[in-house]
Order: sequence, then structure tokens, then C-alpha cells
Amino acid sequence: MGVVDTIKQTINWHSEPSRFFVLTVLGFLAVVFPGELGPAWVRRVTQPLAAIYKPKVGGLIFLIIGVLFAFACLDPSFALIVGKPDNVPIAGMIFLVAFFVWFSLQQGRHNDRLLEAGEPVLEKRESGDGKVMVWPDLVYTEFLCMILWTIFLIVWSILLKAPIEQPANPSKTPNPSKAPWYFLGLQEMLVYFDPWIAGVLLPGLVIVGLCAIPYIDVNAKGNGFYMFRGRRVEIGLFLFGFVVLWVWLIIIGTFFRGPNQNFFGPFEPWDVHKLVPLINVDLSQIIWVKFLGMGLPKNPLLREAFGLLLVGAYFAVLPPLMAKRWMKGFFEKMGPTRFYVMAFLLLTMMSLPIKMMLRWTFNLHYLVTVPEIFFNI
Amino acid sequence: MADGPPINTSEVKKKDLVTYVRESQIWNSIFRHGPPNNDRNRALAVITNVFLHLHPVRVRKSGLRLKYTWCMGGVTFFLFIVETITGLLLMFYYRPTVEYAYADIWDLREQVPLGIMRELHRWGAHAMVISVWLHMLRVFMTGSYKPPREFNWNVGVFLLVLTLLLSFTGYLLPWDQLAMWAVTVGSNMARATPLLGYEGPGSSLLRLGDISLVHAGNDARFALLAGRFVGAGALLRFYVLHCVGIPVVATILMAVHFWRVRKDGGISGPV
Repeated sequence: MGVVDTIKQTINWHSEPSRFFVLTVLGFLAVVFPGELGPAWVRRVTQPLAAIYKPKVGGLIFLIIGVLFAFACLDPSFALIVGKPDNVPIAGMIFLVAFFVWFSLQQGRHNDRLLEAGEPVLEKRESGDGKVMVWPDLVYTEFLCMILWTIFLIVWSILLKAPIEQPANPSKTPNPSKAPWYFLGLQEMLVYFDPWIAGVLLPGLVIVGLCAIPYIDVNAKGNGFYMFRGRRVEIGLFLFGFVVLWVWLIIIGTFFRGPNQNFFGPFEPWDVHKLVPLINVDLSQIIWVKFLGMGLPKNPLLREAFGLLLVGAYFAVLPPLMAKRWMKGFFEKMGPTRFYVMAFLLLTMMSLPIKMMLRWTFNLHYLVTVPEIFFNI
Repeated sequence: MADGPPINTSEVKKKDLVTYVRESQIWNSIFRHGPPNNDRNRALAVITNVFLHLHPVRVRKSGLRLKYTWCMGGVTFFLFIVETITGLLLMFYYRPTVEYAYADIWDLREQVPLGIMRELHRWGAHAMVISVWLHMLRVFMTGSYKPPREFNWNVGVFLLVLTLLLSFTGYLLPWDQLAMWAVTVGSNMARATPLLGYEGPGSSLLRLGDISLVHAGNDARFALLAGRFVGAGALLRFYVLHCVGIPVVATILMAVHFWRVRKDGGISGPV
């Protein structure tokens, strides 16, 4: 029992958001780009990970994770939160997303090898230039798919009853109060941003950003088949947004946030009385009070000057630098309009992990805060 | 006659029945093509059917592989149909008022023997949210948003948003604690809309003298909830949006989405 408890405590400790996030990002980069990023020694260390794209190795890893997951369900705290009827599909989603991300990358790598050898890709090999009739080939496939899904849904519905809680009571706030599960990533952002950013601006820009993808991605490679090497940057950025900033945050919000929106490890009981110190400070306080030792100025503009400069520089200075230095190739291929739209969206996306890291390392609350008009960044 | 081969009467009878039906005026008024046993009639089967004609007549073979499409777009559409049918049946028994909503859901659970309509509806909704994300992932990973399919990717993005909104509006209808507070948390965001929400940045600057133009009684959240908190007005508003408003828009966009798949060259594939 001692060993199991130690393992559980280690997992609890590592799933604290700051550590878990760093581990997730490192794991994400290592798995998506094994042996392709960073200095030589990192490449050497992560190179063997490329083996997971062999179907047998990948399948074995999924099997091991599944068995470990089943074992974890023996823990009462874990079983309680994963076994909640509404959380069952979310647990399923974790495996589905992991599988399909792995599978699409695996197919892409397979096609990369074929292209390198000068052979046609899998999809081309399958159909050549020929087409098949929709009736019967497609129509019957669709029909079969419908029947299987009908059976699956009926079995699922018989096995798992739809939950219903106490009748709605506006005077009794449940603790924790959570948004619907697919918005829990947005709710998780509320820990780091104010509602106008986490709940309005960023979701809006997610939609704008998704819509913009086909217009800012001028890379003509890999149109209509799985491919990885020729689209590494695009795929990396998209998967980072989808897997880490959307799905991962939903997982945190669903399984790791308990009473008072406090963090709880997967094997930690949800204790309403868990105390977490609130020690966050604003940038203006750090600079004016702590470093300059002179108290906050009365004028809000002067008070927030540093924060405003920092945010302004982030969005105004970085894009031209990216265009001239770090992403020169992209700038030349995309042209100024596409590039600056892309840079703005990319920087907006990255503002979330940056704010998270600032919070974890400096306990930074707001970069800019003008509570008089609810303007906090 | 007596020297002829023996006649299998049952076969003649069966053949006669099929032929009889196929040649009847009723059949021919519905299906204006012969049996789909040659390519011409197979093409006609698709073209002359209002539902099937959203398909092209012919598709790339690779586009049919489960390995390529994961069938996720089709599954999403199928789940939309499941939601429509089960939702329609639920509408017979559910009244969107504060007095009855919770009791009606409870009745569906306790009083209907072997009833799984609500389960089908709820799990179908969860599955639809997941399948629409996986469909987006597939389309991205195969680069299928690239020209000439840019516009259809955009239609898809809006369908994804509508799926989430469908699920969000449906979340309130059981009128239990989970429903009310999830929607309270979700709709609190609208309060922070810049300029339009009364706790949004800049809205306090919108005033005439001492009178605020944006306050809790007329801001974005009020418009969403038909009130200052999640109450009877919100329940009715969400019900109407869930059962009529959003499905109608989604149906129109889906028609555009499928039609554009066809017009943009069918299921994507290597050129």
C-alpha cells in the first residue's frame, strides 16, 4: 500500500497546474516533434520517441495507459470524479483526442516517407485517379455507420442514466459552480484573465482565428492528404491550440478544479476547507511600491504606464521583429497583411500561456488594472 | 406444352411481385429511374433524390476510407438527426416554465418504463460536441481547408459554434441545480462584454451626466437572459433558441456545408 500511496501523492504533486502545464507542453513537443527541436542533446534524447508512430508501439502505449487508467479508478476520489455520468464522455474524449492526434500524425509520417521515396501517398495509391459511384459505395457506408452508431447510443443510454440534480434554487450556489464542460477551458482562463478577456475577447478571437486559418496559411503542401514534414509549423501551432489550450484546459477544469475553484490532484478528496493563500500582486504595485518605494500615483494612466507599455510593446514591437528576424521566411511567403494578422492571432494565443507562467512565477495578478472602468489585463 | 421444362411457380410469382411493384404507377411516381444496377441508374438515384443529391455522383475512393475521414462529419450530422428526433419526442412532455420544467424531466425519468429518450438526447449531445471537434481536427490534419475549400471551412467553424450554443441552451432546460448554475456561470461572461456589459471595460464611460446608459437592466447579459438572473425569462428564451432558433440556422448552414463539399470537388483528396 505504501508504494501505491507514494505513487498517488507523486501524481497529485505533479498535476498541480504550473507543473502539469510545463510537463504537458514538454511532453507535447517531445511527442509531436521527436528528435526535431532544440539543441543537439535534446534531439538525441527525444529521438527514440519517434518509435511511438510505429502502429504496434503506439497501440501498446495506449493499452498501458488504458490499464493504468483502469487501476486508477480503484481510488475512491478518482472514481468519484471520473465516474460522474457527465464526466464519462469527457474521459472518453481524452482517449479519442489522443488517439486521433496520434493517428493523424502517424498517417502523416507514413506519407512523408512515401513522398521522400518518390512514391504516391496512401490516399493517391488507394484511388489513383479513379472515382467510385456514391450509390452504392458511399450511401451504404453511411447507412452502416448510422446503424452502428444507433446501437452504440442505445447501449450507452441503457447503461448510463442521464443525471438530474436538485431542483434549481437561485439562493443556493453549489460549490464548485462550473460552466458546461466544453466551456471549462474558458472558465479555467478566468483564473488568469478577467471575464472580458477570458469570456468575451479570447473566445471571439478563437472563432476569428479559426476562420482566418485558410486565408493566412499559404502553404500549398498537403492539400487533401495526411502530411507532416511539409506543414510542421502549421500543425504544431494548431495542435498546441487545440490539444493544450483547449482540451487540456477542459481536463483541468473538469477533473482538477474542486470547491472554491481550488486545485485538487486526481487522487485527492475534494475538501471544501482547503485553504489556498491569495498572494497575487499587480504589476503597478511591484514596480511603484516594491521597486521604487513611492506608493501608487493618483493618475491611472501614470500608475499603469509600465503595464500599458509592456502590453503595447508585445503587440506592436514583436510582430515587426518576427517579420524581420525570427519568421523571415514566413513573412516573405505570406506578405505583410497575412503575416501581421497571423502575428496578432499568434501573440493573442500565446498571451494565455505567458500570463499563466507570469502568475506561477511572480504571482502577478494584473499587468494593467483600471478597476474604475473594469479594464484589467 | 407437356414436354416443356417444369415451371418453378414460386419464382415466377416472386419475380412478378417485384416487377409488379416496380412497374406500378405509384413506384414510378416516386422513383424516376430503373433499378440501380448500372451506372446510369445509380447516378440517377443520387441526382433525382433531394437528400442524396447533396452528395456528388462520384467520389474519390480514398475519400471513403474510414482511415481518411474517420466518418466524423457524417457522425456529427447523424447525431444532429438523432437530437432532432429525440428532442421532438421530449418536447411532447416538457413544458418550459419554472413550475413544470423540473417535474417534467423527473417524470420522464421515473414514470416512463424503459424510457431512454433523455439519455439518448443528452449523450448524443455530448457525442456531437466531441465528434464536431474531431471532424475539425481531421479536416485540419488533411489540409482540407486549403483552396478551394476555404469558405467551407468557415461555414464549418460557424457550425461548430452553433453546436456549442445548441448544447449550452439545452443545458438549462432540465432546470436543476447543475443547469441553472452552469448557465449562470456561462452567461456571467456576457456581463463583461466591452461597452455592452455593465461590468465590461468602458461601459461605465457611456453615461449622460449621472445616468448610466449600460446597467444590469439593459446590458448584454440582460438580453441573453431576459432578466437580471437566470429565471423564467431565461428558461423560455433558451427553450425557443434551443428548439427552433439555432436548429433552423444550423440546418441552413449544414445544407450550404454539404452542398459546398460537392461543389468544391467532393471529399478532399490528393490532386
